[in-house]
Amino acid sequence: MSETLNLWINGALVERIRQHGAETYPNECCGALLGRATDAEAIPTRTSREVLEIFPLVNRREDSPRNRFFVTAEDANDADKAAQAQGLDLIGWYHSHPDHPARPSEYDREHAWPWYSYIIVSVQNGNPRDMTSWRLQDDRSAFVPEEVEIRNQAKA
Amino acid sequence: MAVRVMIPTPLRVYAGKRDSAEFRASTVGEALAQLTGEFDDLRRHLFTDEGNLRSFVNVYVNGEDIRYLSKEETPTKDGDTISIIPSIAGGSR
Repeated sequence: MSETLNLWINGALVERIRQHGAETYPNECCGALLGRATDAEAIPTRTSREVLEIFPLVNRREDSPRNRFFVTAEDANDADKAAQAQGLDLIGWYHSHPDHPARPSEYDREHAWPWYSYIIVSVQNGNPRDMTSWRLQDDRSAFVPEEVEIRNQAKA
Repeated sequence: MAVRVMIPTPLRVYAGKRDSAEFRASTVGEALAQLTGEFDDLRRHLFTDEGNLRSFVNVYVNGEDIRYLSKEETPTKDGDTISIIPSIAGGSR
């Protein structure tokens, strides 16, 4: 059985993530994705979730922020509390890849948690480009892409 | 009353969607071994192939980080709460 993974997100939140990546360039940005994760069991071949808010965080990797990001347990806890305060779930994380493609690295894979959605935005020369989303496979061997569906996308 | 192990959201899918489980255990290591014994699919996300806790897995006993106690040898008793708290890491290369 093949499973389609969808991540719905508002266009305004996409722009905030992209802007965060531009602001922190050449360093990586990071933050939490708050929203709802629903396993549509009535439609067993489809699993979707929705990002309804983001919670920008500080990259705590001060030694190597250009190619690494780190969210401490305390910061992750703050993100979880922010989600709960808004009646939402903590469903994933976003970070940027400065001058690097929006694809998970081996380092991303080794350090990922299952279940979470991982949004990656590529920032080239300070300009945000591609944005993708991924979820770690159960056996940790690879990421599976999530199809990002943007609602209310602002016209250029 | 046993030791309660709180299961973080990203691991609940491997523990029958439970947010906690209780075990009789005299150390953190024993409790985690029982947790992964009951829910085998949790093991690879908590431990490396060598059997060490992954660096981004933070374990607390009654709110104290076990790194500042006796790590997995930290003693536990009935009524204690063990929390597994994720930290999040990654990078472009």
